[in-house]
Amino acid sequence: MQLASITDPTLQKPLTSVEVARIKADFEILEHPVAGNELVYLDSGATSQKPRCVYEAEQHYYETANAAVHRGAHTLAVEATDIFENARATVSAFIGAAPNELVWTSNATEALNLLTYSFSNASMGRGGEAAQRFAFGPGDEILVTELEHHANLIPWQELAFRTGATLRYVPVDQDGALRYELLDDLVNERTKLVAFTHVSNVLGTITEVQRFVQAARRVGALTVLDGCQSVPHLPVDVKQLDVDFMAFSGHKMLGPTGIGGLYGKAELLDAMPPFLTGGSMITHVDMERAEYLPAPQRFEAGTQRIAQVHGLATAASYLEETGMQRIAQWEEHLGHLLYQGLSTLEGVRVFGPKDATRIGTVPFEVIGVHPHDVGQYLDSRGIAVRVGHHCAQPLHRALGVTATTRASTYLYNTEEDISRLLEAVGSVREYFGV
Amino acid sequence: MNDLDQLYQQVILDHAKARNGSPLQEAAPGHRHGESHQHNPICGDQIKVRVELGENGNLDTISWEGEGCSISMASASVLADLATGLSREDFLDKLNVFREMMRSRGTMVPDEDILEDAAAFVGVSKFPARVKCAMLSWVAAEAALLAAQ
Repeated sequence: MQLASITDPTLQKPLTSVEVARIKADFEILEHPVAGNELVYLDSGATSQKPRCVYEAEQHYYETANAAVHRGAHTLAVEATDIFENARATVSAFIGAAPNELVWTSNATEALNLLTYSFSNASMGRGGEAAQRFAFGPGDEILVTELEHHANLIPWQELAFRTGATLRYVPVDQDGALRYELLDDLVNERTKLVAFTHVSNVLGTITEVQRFVQAARRVGALTVLDGCQSVPHLPVDVKQLDVDFMAFSGHKMLGPTGIGGLYGKAELLDAMPPFLTGGSMITHVDMERAEYLPAPQRFEAGTQRIAQVHGLATAASYLEETGMQRIAQWEEHLGHLLYQGLSTLEGVRVFGPKDATRIGTVPFEVIGVHPHDVGQYLDSRGIAVRVGHHCAQPLHRALGVTATTRASTYLYNTEEDISRLLEAVGSVREYFGV
Repeated sequence: MNDLDQLYQQVILDHAKARNGSPLQEAAPGHRHGESHQHNPICGDQIKVRVELGENGNLDTISWEGEGCSISMASASVLADLATGLSREDFLDKLNVFREMMRSRGTMVPDEDILEDAAAFVGVSKFPARVKCAMLSWVAAEAALLAAQ
């Protein structure tokens, strides 16, 4: 029965405070005091902390199996290749994809740039007839949203500049809620691609993916999902979501820095021209031209990030064993405590629609105190939050502010962490004499 | 005093509210003047500083407009008090002393005769992430002075 509770989300019981305390003990860094206080880490939206097993996996790889993958016939090269490809199987299964549908990248930003540069190359005729569905030109439209992180905005702006395509966006209302009712007008026969975030990195609100996918399917447009803030916090199944592509980052889901992934439907990836070219991605090379391997190797030129990939797979297994459904429930609970708690503090304004489903990410402002000063004050009490525009300047402009303070949770955060934050935020105005 | 209280000394919090030298003032007709807009892309803080020179080349008026954290706003207010009326050379000398202090990571004992209220920013120099906040208006004033014609 215990095994079933891990594999069947409907049988999963919510995480308890005792379990969360045990999880927290896996994270060495959370035991180290900051400014003489026990650390309250509420900046997992920027990057997550790592459990010991993740960096021990990297160390173990360097101590026992380090070699270049997909080349060389010696024992270590074979072991390293096994580790590398087993990790692909683990992480692709974690997001509901087949192994050949997962391309390793440095991070989500690189994954999104890979798409836009591959599409640029297709627009210049590379990849032949099969790649013409990825060719953009004048008259074509790319649709994004006003919620996007700069990483899912600027690459599309640049693709539009390079190809003459037009960039359009789904605006948000004054609370930051996406205006879905405009989708039917914004998605038309000229729309070639729709790129949107699964969870807002600022507001923590969860996008209704279905509505975007249905609108895009209606006109045959490609769909690109930014999964940076969803893959770490929610059960994500790309087949169920039915998106064509999804980018995600490793370091936000307990994995090492320097590793991320691009999911793409196999028939799409195999039809796309490469972005980075060089070693390990070819079948045949002449002095004049080369032929390329199918995905994912087609998009993995050069020596790969093997230790990081192994660390990320270890992180995915850790999350899987804990249960993504249970993690999501716990963070929904913490997010509720955050949103409600901050909303009731005098002189504090919370951003984001009231009735939205959200992860444990809540942005706020202490009236009369700049977010930088709020962050500094919280830091002096051992509380780490993010301040600034969170790489989403257009969204902040739509909300009428230049910067906010953002608290964001993960599976290792306790109810006590939220109480400590609320207590500290409650005393900010007094400290600054506002 | 703990580090936080050294960072947010009362004189800094007072200047952040007072905002001496703000808003921007039009330069008198015929007077040499220059301005500079500086922006900290990390936090979105921004400031525009205008420097107006008198006939002897001294900094007759320093005025500014901006939005940002208490450190950046207080620093601009202190700058306007401190630099008004200085010769170009004296201002650049003070700027160098201020810059040296801000790079000192809290190790420099500031000369209050030279820096006056700006000496309070030595506490800020212990926080590398905030040094740019304190320098923003000074960098803008330097650029405005160099642009003045």
